[in-house]
Amino acid sequence: MAAEDASLTPPQRRKRTGLPLAWLGLLPFAIFATLFLILPTMYIVVGAFRTADGTPTLANIVNLFQPSILSAYWISIRISVASAFLGCVIGFAIAAAVTLGKLPHWIRGPVMTFSGVASNFAGVPLSFAFLATLGRVGLVTVLMREWFGVNIYALGFNLLSFWGLTLVYLFFQIPLMVLIITPALDGMKREWREAADILGASGAQYWRIVALPILLPSLLGTFALLFANSFGAVATAYALTGSSLSIVPIVLFAQIRGDVLQDPHLGYALAFGMIVVTGIANGIYVWLRARTERWTR
Amino acid sequence: MRARVWSWAALAVGIIYFALPLIGTVEFSLRKRRGEYSFDAYRWVFEDPRFRETFSYSVVMALFTIAVGILIVVPTAYWVRMRYPRLRPLVEFITLLPLVIPPIVIVFGYIRLFNTSSVLPLTGTATGTNVLLMMGYATLSLPYMYRAVDTGLRAIDVRTLTEAAQSLGAGWGTILGRVILPNVLVAVLSGAFLTFAIVIGEFVMAALLNRPAFGPYLQLIGANRAYEPAALAVIAFAITWFCMGLIQLATHLSPHSRARRS
Repeated sequence: MAAEDASLTPPQRRKRTGLPLAWLGLLPFAIFATLFLILPTMYIVVGAFRTADGTPTLANIVNLFQPSILSAYWISIRISVASAFLGCVIGFAIAAAVTLGKLPHWIRGPVMTFSGVASNFAGVPLSFAFLATLGRVGLVTVLMREWFGVNIYALGFNLLSFWGLTLVYLFFQIPLMVLIITPALDGMKREWREAADILGASGAQYWRIVALPILLPSLLGTFALLFANSFGAVATAYALTGSSLSIVPIVLFAQIRGDVLQDPHLGYALAFGMIVVTGIANGIYVWLRARTERWTR
Repeated sequence: MRARVWSWAALAVGIIYFALPLIGTVEFSLRKRRGEYSFDAYRWVFEDPRFRETFSYSVVMALFTIAVGILIVVPTAYWVRMRYPRLRPLVEFITLLPLVIPPIVIVFGYIRLFNTSSVLPLTGTATGTNVLLMMGYATLSLPYMYRAVDTGLRAIDVRTLTEAAQSLGAGWGTILGRVILPNVLVAVLSGAFLTFAIVIGEFVMAALLNRPAFGPYLQLIGANRAYEPAALAVIAFAITWFCMGLIQLATHLSPHSRARRS
């Protein structure tokens, strides 16, 4: 921090430049961000509050509250919550096992590398992998039938369903959790554990009273990030289900391709709704992270 | 002792969950010939001209995206550190926006904002749409690229290097290209490989902008073929693994070890 503070004010340099042209250095970035990030988003947001002939209206937002769109948001939110929650719990367990669990040292490296790969292995190929494994003729489906006589599809399992999609999303949610939470677990000071032990706390008590309250902000924060991560995912679901499962990104995809809602401005409102949901999730993440940093310093 | 049992249990659950789909995919991709395992699905994929076309299209797009990303991110991150430390939170916020705004919403905005009747009708021509798609990819990779480069800049003394170069008579181009960039090369490379992995597999933007990229090709094959998608998934996984391996390699070659060697 000190080195940065020292570099804040370079008065002698400012004199040397003469003309105030320093802002030109930020111009390429400003143009890029405005043209390809901010303006397109603003266009959608403004469009959500306008009628076809350009007059301001709230009708598009109101129109979102029709059963088919509400149910799309609802199932999207449920899948995102479920995959984020399970991703957090399982990812936390794996990260804790690797960092604090007295496992052999060499395990950590491969786990972290694999997490880096798996968290980026999303989209269309991921859906292929699960179809090949848990589809109707997938490896696990067939083996379950041949070895144990269990037909998982007869038991009601379906990859193209709420739980099916959640199971698939976990493939990138769990590794992302491992990557984000491991540094937080590394930040847990050994003294805290020792202090708890000396005061007679059991392992469970240490986790419940000491460790979890410290980790809670970063756990909840990562939850928000995972939520936004799966809420915006399109490719995996689209390749897996076509358009048979109406989650918001799929509906929006169909809307952009062919105006299935037959109202372009309702499409803007749909997209605006997505920004609002992921914006709230990320806002929580940022806020909680700022709170965590007090502890991990 | 109990802690160790729990740890092994957690790890075992993880290994089973992550290994099964990979084993399943490999096994499925070999099943094309009836009654025995073969590489027929892979042969079909590699002989498909569309595979070569879309894959090389995406590779070229990835390389352009990386070049544009470096040209935008490195000078900006450097300039913010040198002259506008107070703007850092704002710039960082903007670079994180692509994580908040879903890609499908960004590309939706592109389609409307740059349509044929707009001031900048990029979607009117194939080249224009390619440029637009590349800018979209650069936007998607912005959070990772910026963070990587900014971390790299933190590790070096930007101010001293700049002043040393200036007193030797270097201009801004020389400073950025021949002093700053080589010093943050490792960070830039890890950002670049991640960008590569993202661009190769990207589906939504390419599909909605109607460009013949690898992602939409994967989806097309998935909808029409039985065993080839599994083979493609194995190939895609290998590419991701390769990119991550290169990142690891780049990080191991830290600036310090390079300085000692030269």
